[in-house]
Amino acid sequence: MYFAKVIGTVWATRKDENLRSFKLQFIQPLNARREKAGDPIVAVDTVGAGPGETVMYITAREATIPLPVEMAPVDASIVGIVDRIDIA
Amino acid sequence: MFLGKVIGTVWATRKDEELVGMKFQIVKHIGVDYKVKDTFVVAVDTVQAGVGDVVLVCSGSSARQTSQTKNKPVDAVIMAVVDKLDIPD
Repeated sequence: MYFAKVIGTVWATRKDENLRSFKLQFIQPLNARREKAGDPIVAVDTVGAGPGETVMYITAREATIPLPVEMAPVDASIVGIVDRIDIA
Repeated sequence: MFLGKVIGTVWATRKDEELVGMKFQIVKHIGVDYKVKDTFVVAVDTVQAGVGDVVLVCSGSSARQTSQTKNKPVDAVIMAVVDKLDIPD
């Protein structure tokens, strides 16, 4: 799992039929110090995150696991909203 | 998934049997500002995207999770055509 900041929403009418009910968020991956790390990606939002929020996301095939469909072409999903990061 | 722009089509007659009937598009990566980058992928088009369309590409084993690419030798698939990017300042 990685950290990212939600920077926007993607609107797409024409898409895979199994993606019809999902919200697609544009997210900027972050490092543990909440600095930008790499290029922004698009992830399916399963937790109702909004722009500006720091979230946790998962990638690869596992990203389809939180979705309520059997099969979906999704390689990144947001699985949590980060309240606080404590680093000793 | 990443944002990309379709810049062309690939034609290949001799290919894996499982790929017969699929449409291959060349998709260049783009940034938040829609600026086209140099890197690209060849992706199977499942949503009838056209040249010039901004699309979403799903890669890796997740690319096989569509009805058209299930169990096929595919690692990148165009699964959505982007209408709009909402990026609040």
